Amino acid sequence: MSIPTNLQYTSEHEWVRIDGDTAVVGITQYAADALGDVVYVDLPKAGTTIAAGAIVGEAESTKSVGELFAPVSGEILEANQAVIDSPELVNSDPYGAGWLFSVSVSSLGALISADEYEDLITE
Amino acid sequence: MTLKQSPLDAIHRELGASFTDFAGWDMPVRYTSDLAEHHAVRTSAGIFDLSHMAEIYVSGPESGAALDFALAGTLSTIPLGRAKYSLILSEQGTVVDDVVVYRLGDDEFLVVANAGNRFPAAAAIRERAANFDCVVDDRSDDVALIAVQGPNALAILEATGGLDSDGLAELGYYRCLPRSFDGTPVLIGRTGYTGEDGFELYIENAHAAELWKALSTAGAGHDLLACGLACRDTLRLEAGMPLYGHELSLDLKPIQSGLEKVVDMSKDNFVGREGVMAGVSAGAVRLVGIQSEGKRAGRADYAIHSNGRTIGVITSGALSPTLGYPIAFALVEPEFAEPGTTVDVDVRGTDIPAVVVPLPFYSRKARS
Repeated sequence: MSIPTNLQYTSEHEWVRIDGDTAVVGITQYAADALGDVVYVDLPKAGTTIAAGAIVGEAESTKSVGELFAPVSGEILEANQAVIDSPELVNSDPYGAGWLFSVSVSSLGALISADEYEDLITE
Repeated sequence: MTLKQSPLDAIHRELGASFTDFAGWDMPVRYTSDLAEHHAVRTSAGIFDLSHMAEIYVSGPESGAALDFALAGTLSTIPLGRAKYSLILSEQGTVVDDVVVYRLGDDEFLVVANAGNRFPAAAAIRERAANFDCVVDDRSDDVALIAVQGPNALAILEATGGLDSDGLAELGYYRCLPRSFDGTPVLIGRTGYTGEDGFELYIENAHAAELWKALSTAGAGHDLLACGLACRDTLRLEAGMPLYGHELSLDLKPIQSGLEKVVDMSKDNFVGREGVMAGVSAGAVRLVGIQSEGKRAGRADYAIHSNGRTIGVITSGALSPTLGYPIAFALVEPEFAEPGTTVDVDVRGTDIPAVVVPLPFYSRKARS
């Protein structure tokens, strides 16, 4: 399983792509595979203030539910409507079209590198 | 604890399956996608490894009488080649396990029990059969089980090289035939746990991999997909089939799970008869089907509310892949058991409107 090296990660299996003051957030391929087919996502709405480490949403599969943790603090810019309409994008393209939400960042949470994330999931 | 491995383990690993600990067995939970596997069984066909299931053989002149005493139903009178769903009851009339019994001969039966109940089921049958002229032989470690389920299942078995498929087309539901695969005996039952037409094939472990490969080769032209236990659970839930440990347990009598017809009270003497006769208390919970709004499914252990009061609990639930809405089994107070009753499912703090519906949720006859 390849882990994109241009992204940062959390121990809760989110990925974060930081570009200036904006962060785009999704869940990793590893998390998507562990969940199984995602059939429903509950995402924070634009304008919501989130705090790093807090639960901000859910991804449900046929078999289980995964909570989404905010990897950064800030304000939600956009929830990905394409994923709300077609949750299977989380499985088919977790690092691309399956992104979940974007954030105007006020501060970062505890993020780890791709190498550190790989160590985490291969433990 | 080391997990038990199926005789088909190497095949599953080659196929890239994800695994789960199921009753102490390391079994495929999915190969690619739960949903794709689910839909394959509904529209074409799926192949499952069910080698974790327990196979308990009862043979001898009094084997039928022994099973009549050991189980809730009457097995001694079922014709040769017939299968019957039954229950093992406790003395208290609650459920030790649910089983399928095949009549293999005048004096031979096969009882198929759940993997998680192998030892209690085998012990109960052995103990209850002790005063009858029969032998109870738990061959779970030697017998593999492969299921092919879905509308294309018959065509696949008929196209399988080395498999004697004579008579399968005419074989009725819940019937079985002894056949052979490359000279090895294989018992083929027209049974399953998916709500579709299909077959279950029992074969000794040493030949299971060859049989799986032959079925898969034949299935390539019939859209056969390898299927894991995740989709087996959503398939049986849609079909309204109970799962032990969820809809059936040592805390529930058959009537509470809607299985009172499985108990033959015309038999004078069987284990659990007095317990069943004693009935249940007026407020005892009943198993119902629940259909809820939106896409957020209630899951096992979530509460059912009515006007803010907890009146029941979900035992199994999922967003139904075939129907597109959330479905669940729930145990509810009896006054809420009538179809049409509106309730709420507490989905992690949010009450989702739901209604009690008749079972099953899905029936292949209704769809075609």
